[in-house]
Amino acid sequence: MNESVESVREADAIAIERTLAGDRDAFRILVERHSATIFRLAYRLSGNHHDAEEIVQEAFLRAYQKLEQFASQANFATWVYRIAANYSIDRMRQKKKEDARRQAPSTEMSDDVEQDPLRQIPDAAPTPERLTQSVELKREMETALQSLTPAERIAFVMRHCDGCGIAEIALALKSNSSAAKNTVFRAVQKLRQALEPQLAPRAQARAMGTES
Amino acid sequence: MKHLSEEQLIAYQDGEAAGREEFSAHIAACAECKAELGRLTEMLAAFEALPVPDPGEDYGRRVWQQIAPRLEEKHSHWWPALLTPQRLMAGALVATLLLVAFLAGRVSKRVTPSDGGSPLTASTGTADAARVRERVLMLAVGEHLGRSEMVLMDIANAEPGSAGVKQVNFSSQRRRAEDLLDENRLYRQTALQEGDTGIANVLDELERVLLDVAHSPQTVTTAQIKSIRQRIDDDGLLFKVRVLTKQIQMRENTSKPGPAQSGAVRVERNNEA
Repeated sequence: MNESVESVREADAIAIERTLAGDRDAFRILVERHSATIFRLAYRLSGNHHDAEEIVQEAFLRAYQKLEQFASQANFATWVYRIAANYSIDRMRQKKKEDARRQAPSTEMSDDVEQDPLRQIPDAAPTPERLTQSVELKREMETALQSLTPAERIAFVMRHCDGCGIAEIALALKSNSSAAKNTVFRAVQKLRQALEPQLAPRAQARAMGTES
Repeated sequence: MKHLSEEQLIAYQDGEAAGREEFSAHIAACAECKAELGRLTEMLAAFEALPVPDPGEDYGRRVWQQIAPRLEEKHSHWWPALLTPQRLMAGALVATLLLVAFLAGRVSKRVTPSDGGSPLTASTGTADAARVRERVLMLAVGEHLGRSEMVLMDIANAEPGSAGVKQVNFSSQRRRAEDLLDENRLYRQTALQEGDTGIANVLDELERVLLDVAHSPQTVTTAQIKSIRQRIDDDGLLFKVRVLTKQIQMRENTSKPGPAQSGAVRVERNNEA
């Protein structure tokens, strides 16, 4: 662990200890130091600024309420990140239920991507490099991300955007490592299928598992 | 072998160890699988590169303003604050020095030349007490200097979060300097009482910089940081702290209990220090 990470952890530990000793303002240091990281996660998960801000606020409120449960040897940044991920799952599931209630049963979303709008992505196929350049494609990628189930989205963002380990993802999903790994796999598989036309402008999809 | 299945390809890209050598060999030889792997890797890289809006330099402060009114006061527990390693160490130092002083007083009172005791025995007892006292102080000061050096290094390396930003979040350095101040005062006073002016002087200089840092605002400008750095550089403080830490380590090594050493020699070394 490098020195700056170590010093941040040390400073966090002091702030936590002061907060627990009744100095509420000491929690401010933790909020100010880690808000931007949580915002990045929240934005990737929610896809919009307003929801991301609400997730950040709620994550820190929950962290404050549960601070007595925080193990002093643990890393506060990881801990509050996990709280934000957990809350995001609950929030996305809740939102999904509400959306489903509002919509007619025939258009109700399921956890599958069978009705994924990305399946209708036009077949004009730019190169993968263009994925990071085209505004429209960025939007389509974001839509693809939003079409995943809450658990898949969290698992994917944690694994492939924030580089988290499977064990950490399992903790956020409140499942085991094997299930977390499967969730990451399903997410990648769905995104790949959704973006296949963008990525591979071939007439026929490649048949996997055939003899070379 | 067969082409990699989608599951194998995704697992391979994710660094899965099972079957890795075999898959690597196949991918190296199979243009189709190599291209699939390349596309998958690019897709994942593109997701990772999806832009996230910058919430702004003062975002943390805004979040705090939003949530602060909703935070309930926590019941104050005075004991966790006292149980920090730093405070425990400072407390232990005071207790040990008091105990050593008390025992030294008893020994020198009990065995004096007028009581018929040997003058050498009395001076040995006092010298041993002084030696223990010195070791306790050295251990504590050594630890303290190590932590202080980290704060000074942190200040030396403090930079704005991104290019073009002129403000630096200084709350971590400030808080740590604040914590070190109490200890620093205690060790400086003890060093003075022990007649160790070398240590007391460095601690005095350190205290001035720690005070500056502890009284800085949460966010400082790069110019303010530069001024604090300048002060550290002008005093050669980081260098002095490192030299003193080294000297303390050497003194600690040479003052470890060893084979027969006369009290007179030990007293001499204490005085040299």
